[in-house]
Amino acid sequence: MIEIKGLTKKYGSFVALDHFELSINEGVVCGFVGANGAGKSTIFSILATLLSPTEGDATINGKSVIRDSSEVRKQIGYMPDFFGVYDQLKADEYLDFYGASYGIPAEKRKVLIPELLELVNLTDKRYEYVDLLSRGMKQRLCLARSLIHDPSVLILDEPASGLDPRARVEMRDILKHLKSMGKTILISSHILPELSEMCDEIVVIDRGKLIAHGHVETIQAQLQGDKRIKVKVMKELELARAFFEEDPLISAIEVEKEKNEISFNYKGTDEEQVELLRKVFLSNIPIYSFTAEEKDLEDVFMAITKGVEQ
Amino acid sequence: MQRFSNPVLMKELKLRFRAFKSFSGLMFYLFLLFIFVGGFLSVFTQFTGTGFFRPSESFIMFAVISVLQMALVMFITPGLTAGAISSEREKQTLNILLTTTQTSIQIIIGKLLSSIAFLILLLIAGLPLYSIVFLFGGVSPSQLITIFLFYLVTVVAIGSIGIMFSTITKKTIVSMIATYGAMIFIGAVTAFFFFVGWQLDNIPGNTPTPPIGGSTPNSPITYFWAAINPGALMLTILYPPLENELSNITGISIPIWITYLIFYSLVTVLCLWIAIRKLRANMKHNR
Repeated sequence: MIEIKGLTKKYGSFVALDHFELSINEGVVCGFVGANGAGKSTIFSILATLLSPTEGDATINGKSVIRDSSEVRKQIGYMPDFFGVYDQLKADEYLDFYGASYGIPAEKRKVLIPELLELVNLTDKRYEYVDLLSRGMKQRLCLARSLIHDPSVLILDEPASGLDPRARVEMRDILKHLKSMGKTILISSHILPELSEMCDEIVVIDRGKLIAHGHVETIQAQLQGDKRIKVKVMKELELARAFFEEDPLISAIEVEKEKNEISFNYKGTDEEQVELLRKVFLSNIPIYSFTAEEKDLEDVFMAITKGVEQ
Repeated sequence: MQRFSNPVLMKELKLRFRAFKSFSGLMFYLFLLFIFVGGFLSVFTQFTGTGFFRPSESFIMFAVISVLQMALVMFITPGLTAGAISSEREKQTLNILLTTTQTSIQIIIGKLLSSIAFLILLLIAGLPLYSIVFLFGGVSPSQLITIFLFYLVTVVAIGSIGIMFSTITKKTIVSMIATYGAMIFIGAVTAFFFFVGWQLDNIPGNTPTPPIGGSTPNSPITYFWAAINPGALMLTILYPPLENELSNITGISIPIWITYLIFYSLVTVLCLWIAIRKLRANMKHNR
């Protein structure tokens, strides 16, 4: 379990993290969403014991990142957003070095390394120099490196950044596999649809402050009141418009005569939406399509951070 | 065995000895020594027309090779150590290394030992050329051992200075400049201060106070500059009467190798302590 209590990080007068509070349960995949400079990497660096907070503390499985950092390091696997490799090492030697750095005995490393390379689909690259690997392969190798001591918590800062679509899909599949292994995964990404697909929870962060935290569906539901509904009619467009204008939960009606289409914002709940649909059918307006546009995580993020700016 | 293994040391040794520049550096170093030894023998055997090599000339060769090797060591060591940590930072590998369970002490010592290992390899590789002097006599094995111990102390101290600068500066180039600056201070500025102090002591009316019951004036500062200068120590090892001469000049009879050893041991410990403290500078509590 990860507990973040009043975490504050200041660089001079600049506040990178502002009394951040968060609790993440074991086995949860938690996505961190935020603009550049929002504070995601600062939180990850503190959790990875690379940075001391100005105020507050964080614990991983009960161990403080400030006081028990060496214990915390045994429990976390960290993958930074930018990282380099040693250009004279082969892939298996790279993993062997980090295995030794975590105090794993040589005999155990010999068994572990092929398994990890297989997990990240790099078995055929075992004897290749790491600097000759593609970006996607290096990312996967780094992920394997972060797993070598079998940590219970993975801290992945932009693991899919700079990857082509195929490499992103491969990375996502590996993360799904890790999720199925019961690891607690903290992951930040700018590719929000991917996050919503693999994460159980989402943390929205802006200017060092926690804006929202919860299940992906819950956060998306926060915006459901603003969902946009599109209605297509066979005829009687003006009648339909008059009908929808009467509903107090509807606003911002737009009519496209060429397409016989009306769209509007709807603030009601799902139950109220069912009632609206029932009324529409009873009104004998010839409707052949009634679609609520689902807001994805990107819309949620944009809406939430826009609210903060205002 | 596992307990004493140092992953950083093993990795650094692997990387260093795989790099072509290590072998080219070693080759260049041996080539320089060979040119010098070969040239020296040619000059003294052919151009003098004597056709043989006297023990006294052999000693001169030993002395000059020792000074040359010292200069090379002082020139090479900063290049090997001043980028030890800063290059990891520049290559963006340091953060990952710091999240492993290795302690700062392990990382710093591993870096230092791997650099020293390469320097020791240079010195050992040069031994066959060095040992030519034994063919002609004039040099005792104890002198050679003393010289090598002196190299070792100096290499460790300079290496620690390089590692310290590499840890406290973000850029390798800055660290390199700072370490070479320290080398210039140790090699040249201390010698300059020694000569200035000596001359000042000789100015009439400016003679330091003689010690109680002694006739030679005491000049601890002049002694100190001589004692921490590698060149001065090397000369006293090669030509022991110089030790007495120095004692007469400064009025202090403590052998300068003792002061040298104490001073550079303290420098080593201090520099390594700073490096260890500063490696995880962003973490207040853990080392």
